Amino acid sequence: MENIFIKYSLAILFLPLAAFVIQIFFGKRLPRQGDWVSISAIITTLILSIVMFVLMLLNYDPNFIQEDSFVWFDMGHFSIRLGFLIDNLTIIMLLVVALISTCTHIFSMEYLKGDIRYSRYFAYLGLFTFSMNGIVLANSLISMYMFWELVGVSSYLLIGHWFEKESAANASKKAFLTNRVGDIGFFIGIMLIYSAVGSFAFSEIFDGVSKGLISGTALTFAGIGLFMGAMGKSSQFPLHIWLPDAMEGPTPVSALMHAATMVAAGVYLSVRIFPILTPDALLIVAYVGGFTAIFAASIAVTQTDIKKVLAYSTVSQLGYMILAVGTGVYTAAFFHLLTHAMFKANLFYGSGSVIHAMHHALHEKHDNETDPQDMRNMGGFREKMPITYWSMLLSTLAIAGVPFFSGFLSKDAILAGTLSFAQNNPVHFLLPIFGFSAAAITAFYMFRMMFLTFHGKPNKPELIKDIHESPKEMSGPLILLGILSLFIWYTIPKGNPMSTAGWFTDLVVPRNAVVPGSITAIEIEEGAHHAHHLAMYISIAVATLGIFISWLTYIKKSLSADVWARRFGLLFRLSQNKYYFDENYNKYIYQPSLRLAEKISWIDWDLYDKYFINGFGYLTKWVSDIVGKFDFETIDQTIVDGVGKIVKFLGNTFKTVQTGRLQNYLLYVTAGIIIIMVIQSF
Amino acid sequence: MDHILSWLIWLPIIGIVGIAFIPREKEDLIKIAAAVTTGIQFLFTLVLWSNFDSQNGSMQFGERADWIPSFNIAYILGVDGLSLPMVVLTGMLFFIGVFVSWNIKKAVKGYFALFLLLNTGVMGVFLSLDFFLFYIFWEVMLLPMYFLIGMWGGPQREYAAIKFFLYTLFGSILMLVGILGLYFSCGKTFDILELTRVAPEALNGLLWWGVSAIKVIWILLFIGFAIKVPVFPFHTWLPLAHVEAPTAISVLLAGILLKLGVYGILRVNYGLMPDGVYWFSAALAMLGLINVVWGGLCALAQKDLKKLVAYSSVNHMGYSLIGMAAVVAAGEANGLNMKAAQAGLGGAVFQMFNHGTISAMLFILVGVIYERAHHREIEGFGGLASQMPVYTGITAVAFFAGLGLPGLSGFISEAMCFIGAFPVYKGIVIASTIGILLNAAYFLWAFQRIFFGKLNEKYSELSDINRLELFTVVPLLVITLFLGIYPAPYLDVIASTMDVIIDHVVSLATYASI
Repeated sequence: MENIFIKYSLAILFLPLAAFVIQIFFGKRLPRQGDWVSISAIITTLILSIVMFVLMLLNYDPNFIQEDSFVWFDMGHFSIRLGFLIDNLTIIMLLVVALISTCTHIFSMEYLKGDIRYSRYFAYLGLFTFSMNGIVLANSLISMYMFWELVGVSSYLLIGHWFEKESAANASKKAFLTNRVGDIGFFIGIMLIYSAVGSFAFSEIFDGVSKGLISGTALTFAGIGLFMGAMGKSSQFPLHIWLPDAMEGPTPVSALMHAATMVAAGVYLSVRIFPILTPDALLIVAYVGGFTAIFAASIAVTQTDIKKVLAYSTVSQLGYMILAVGTGVYTAAFFHLLTHAMFKANLFYGSGSVIHAMHHALHEKHDNETDPQDMRNMGGFREKMPITYWSMLLSTLAIAGVPFFSGFLSKDAILAGTLSFAQNNPVHFLLPIFGFSAAAITAFYMFRMMFLTFHGKPNKPELIKDIHESPKEMSGPLILLGILSLFIWYTIPKGNPMSTAGWFTDLVVPRNAVVPGSITAIEIEEGAHHAHHLAMYISIAVATLGIFISWLTYIKKSLSADVWARRFGLLFRLSQNKYYFDENYNKYIYQPSLRLAEKISWIDWDLYDKYFINGFGYLTKWVSDIVGKFDFETIDQTIVDGVGKIVKFLGNTFKTVQTGRLQNYLLYVTAGIIIIMVIQSF
Repeated sequence: MDHILSWLIWLPIIGIVGIAFIPREKEDLIKIAAAVTTGIQFLFTLVLWSNFDSQNGSMQFGERADWIPSFNIAYILGVDGLSLPMVVLTGMLFFIGVFVSWNIKKAVKGYFALFLLLNTGVMGVFLSLDFFLFYIFWEVMLLPMYFLIGMWGGPQREYAAIKFFLYTLFGSILMLVGILGLYFSCGKTFDILELTRVAPEALNGLLWWGVSAIKVIWILLFIGFAIKVPVFPFHTWLPLAHVEAPTAISVLLAGILLKLGVYGILRVNYGLMPDGVYWFSAALAMLGLINVVWGGLCALAQKDLKKLVAYSSVNHMGYSLIGMAAVVAAGEANGLNMKAAQAGLGGAVFQMFNHGTISAMLFILVGVIYERAHHREIEGFGGLASQMPVYTGITAVAFFAGLGLPGLSGFISEAMCFIGAFPVYKGIVIASTIGILLNAAYFLWAFQRIFFGKLNEKYSELSDINRLELFTVVPLLVITLFLGIYPAPYLDVIASTMDVIIDHVVSLATYASI
């Protein structure tokens, strides 16, 4: 028993990496471009994850934990250990990743059939699965950070899969850079904690914090720093801008990464570090999450691109999870992560199935103009694509928070926590308002999407006869995940549709924060339990309201969307244009940064180097010119030549004595002798 | 194993003599001779590595002979954990450099003779432990470099060469004054190990014209080395020299010659003036920050790919400076934080090596595309990913290594520099983490413009990277990947020497205000 989890985890971690390596080097030369290599690797990890999951259920130990690590390097004092931390959270998350990843692999076989970089695509899926599992298994902040970045790269590569399109290339870069903004905070958080605690490992950090090695403001800042990483990955306001653009990637990738797993990494990180978040940090977390939930939902309402609706919906749902962490009910956050992964991945597969059918139909018509993702070109697909429809409907009911579906339970747990938080701290009344109104809007826009796509009359009647249900590689995952949107899977063995109680709540129990003086897990739990019924009634009410209005607008047509859009013209435009975030970031951040770079470069090259540094050259040249001039005119021409002139003058003067006559010379000699004798005689 | 260090230094000279006897028309033979010479040297460096005792932080394989006894000048060589990796890197990059230079057309004989002379100079600087000898080798490097840039370079080669020459000469002269100052105030010896022992004591309290001698000498030597690193504001020779130099020379310049600066600061400034370290470390960290931000912003604005890579060197060496400043963390004033000091200094030295391999790789890759497209304008490419898939893949790895992606060696050293300096210089480190974003921004933006989008019609004929080029770049790629996944082999080799340096700085510093 002891080592099985570690061994299995090793295999789960490295099998997809092996598939990546094989695909990169040999993919194109293998039969079927090697998709079977990736698929067998991922199915093996799925089986191993299931085995671990079953073992966990057999164990049924909420305190189960296994840790193992090795010395990565050791310089004497400074050393880093890497390793695994396996508890129930890890095992559940591994299963989620393996399951959705497997579905994505299978779905992609059909969806990307004939793609020019088919093997490359599967390679990157392997790299992603490896990195994601690395995050899940990490036992220390530093190893989590490393896999965190690798996830960023795999996301970069997959969003940019169709890099010939400029929008895809832009989106991939945007995703990476926006994530890096968050990662700066993440890294600063790591440094703050390491410099105080002297370790990267979660267990030792928790120990250190409970001993008070780091506390107060420093700990708050460390927590916010780490949370910034989560904001980047989980696309929280104001770093939410990359996720909708990431929809440029192939749809199965959106399902796997930008809905179910990668974006959930931020939530996973927040859940992992929950014990060291101070009340102040948690408050920030809560507001960021709550605001993101309502903010993104308000954008999703007006989007017409089916994937954009889902993208903003994902941002909004992630906001819910972050809100839950902030209000202390972090197990509810993880519960929602779990249920959301299933139904949101399914919704993306469904949208992929629809887009696939649209592509096919447009291809038949040789139509390159019509946008296959625009819901205004759809409508009436229900009969043509029954599996897709019913499967998506199950997931839509789940996300809308309708009883008997998984999302109802998890969302209810979050809303109960939020409500109880506000009951204890009435100043923060906005948080539950964010939560409940986002729930109403979610129900509205999700049904809007369903109605526009599947109900009513076809908006493009000429296409409808070429719309077909997708083949079984695509419908299989749809059926599986549609069924997994039902509540029952998450509440075995209790099976009460109105209560979250079941294996999950038994195995994932909240723990006390290690920050001294924080509210205890029991208090939080009791509060949430208390608020549970009220929260449930409100959430059923708002979900019904949302669905009903959606029905009135898009089926009954007694409310006109256009009229309402005009009536709220400003709000409508704001929402439709995503509150102009991209434009403003572009105007106030990117462009000024680029201009600054240009300016600096200009100063460096055209000013500093050209004038200052080269100035020394000119100065030297100038000085040497002067010196040269002085040398020639003063020293040479004046002094040296002057001496010559004097000599010449003297020479001229004295040359007259040189007569060449011997008697003259004798006279001089005699005179000289006389003078010497005279001098001697004194 | 006797005299292996001397062999390392003088082997290239033997190669030059050999090349001198080859007729100038037999170009292939000349290239082979150069390859054999550097190949043997590289093998020797590997032998050195395998025989090196990494538990021992002091000098090994020492050699000593009298040279000019009347001035106490001797021929002293030795290698420790600080210089060993640099020696191996030198051996490797010169060997690779021969193959990068394979397509040199003009005056092949002269080129390789100068190339080997440069090799002797670099090896000599890393291995000599006598200051006079050190300085001689330092100047020996200058001459071949001047001609290699000035004769085999790009259109502005003469301007670039003279600028490089004057800039470096300026530094050398200051360095010479500093060396003489040390010589006369520390018992008239040039022996670096001896100076390391006596200088902290001898310079303590010494005033020159009312200014602490330590400060004066520190600044003189620092500027000399800083020009090589290059530290802002002494960096502007670098982009020009890189842009104009032939590919192989850029590779050596970025890969090795820049490292001489950091090496010199650690060997001389840190070794001889521990008090100066305390006095200067905050400035060092600050200069590191400026290098990171300034270099990063300049790189972002470049239109010439080679200039972008050149500025990325300014940016990357900034991390090294920040890491070096972390040594003071081990001092009493900062709570004897050995973890931070080791992380910082180890990170700085590791970053030197990693930048050596990564920037060498980047310059080779720039050379590959220049060879084919005959220009380096980033905007002028586009869509090459579908035309040159292997080249694209390798460039992607090199760029990701440059932007500090975990799994590739650059990440670990950058992270160590940050982690090390953080406890002492929180503000500076936090400010410099903007580099994490800047690095990613300029590399990814350049990558997108070169490789993504629709293929530029002009380049539908470009061939992918060839075998020879692969041979030059893949070893570097493998090292980058290997050390990124498993850095222990490198860090084990340097760890003991890092401890010696830290101990030396911490224990010999008097903390007196100098």
